[in-house]
Amino acid sequence: MIRQFGPTEAWFIIAAVRWTLLLSAIAFIGGGIAGLGVALARTAPVAWLRLAATGYIQLFQGTPLLMQLFLVFFGSTMLGSGVDPLVAAAIALTLNAAAFLGEIWRGCIQAIPTGQWEAATALGLRHLARMRYVILPQAGKIAIAPTVGFLVLLVKSTSLASIIGFVELTRAGQIINNVTFRPFLVFGLVAIIYFVLCWPLSRLSQMLEQRFGTVRR
Amino acid sequence: MNYVFQFGDVWAARWDLLWGSWLTIQLSAAAMALGLLVAVLCALGKTMGPKPIRWAVECYIEAIRNTPFLVQIFLIFFGLPRAGIYLSSNEAALLAMVVNVGAYATEIVRAGIESISRGQIEAGLALGLRPLQVFRYVVLFPALSTVYPALTSQFILLMLSSSVVSTISAQELTATANDLQARTFRSFEIYIVVTAIYLLLSVLFSGAFDAIRRVVFARPGARA
Repeated sequence: MIRQFGPTEAWFIIAAVRWTLLLSAIAFIGGGIAGLGVALARTAPVAWLRLAATGYIQLFQGTPLLMQLFLVFFGSTMLGSGVDPLVAAAIALTLNAAAFLGEIWRGCIQAIPTGQWEAATALGLRHLARMRYVILPQAGKIAIAPTVGFLVLLVKSTSLASIIGFVELTRAGQIINNVTFRPFLVFGLVAIIYFVLCWPLSRLSQMLEQRFGTVRR
Repeated sequence: MNYVFQFGDVWAARWDLLWGSWLTIQLSAAAMALGLLVAVLCALGKTMGPKPIRWAVECYIEAIRNTPFLVQIFLIFFGLPRAGIYLSSNEAALLAMVVNVGAYATEIVRAGIESISRGQIEAGLALGLRPLQVFRYVVLFPALSTVYPALTSQFILLMLSSSVVSTISAQELTATANDLQARTFRSFEIYIVVTAIYLLLSVLFSGAFDAIRRVVFARPGARA
């Protein structure tokens, strides 16, 4: 039986945005915290920490996000208790975001001119204090624009959670398309909703880039 | 943690996985080549074309960059047949990949073209080159050489995201893994191996791009 595409169907899709937003928020916060750790390890004066962080980033940037999702989803099922698709998607996206944010923030940390590092060292600050009071406040400023840019990528990435059965925006679209057979209408609406979420962020990122994009010497 | 790993089924399917990898390589390489073509044409339109073309290219880029690849695939695969255009899974996958990477690569190529100074173009014209020759030798070639690293990392991201086309049952590595998973239920082992294959493929593509750079952009006196 084919259902008509009416307000109920449209609302089902629009209401699913909250799951996309929730998943994005979890991955962004979790990925942000872990990503800071990755960025700090990647720029640490300890060789094995740098090596470990580099390996982590290479691993997550060199393999498809879909495979990472599958490994967490099927892996947790195999290791005993199966997990909820939301939990699996949140874990995989957090691990993935940590690698990308770690790499972005590493660049920002290393963009701080050597003079700042040397001045901080000359003032007698140890590595952590130097990071905390001198480098990170300055790196944070140039990190804003690319971080907002990454947020766009993250929101789009959450669509892959639909493949392991989590009902967010894309999966809601698939469900409605399966009963109404109006692919242009349904996926058009889904695409427009993603666009409404992402486009302002893209523009914001561009604006911030012009404002904070350069390091003042 | 009392799970026993069994890679026997995966090993038994090694030729299937190898074939799947080859399909992924083919699909990605085709999408990269066509995507580069789209990117060069769009970047040309955006930097030198008349206003309506510039505007159209701008809309294309913004629309693609602010929506998920998966939704683009669904629009092409499920949407086009309603408009009377019938594509097989793999054709739809290739089209989606080209449309997607074309938008990202356009911005990269455009940045390269804009990095060429006006004086270079004038010098080319003064030497008696025709406009098309100026575009090819003075603008495009150095522009591509400048943005080559950004372009190739975008291409590797494309290869990785090609795993998503398995959702419309296009035949490639992830689809092979999914079939194998449905047959043997050894999902964890299979996806570990396939993830490792993707990692290997990205190293492989990265090496290939480096070799291409050495051959194509080698100039007398230029450092490798």
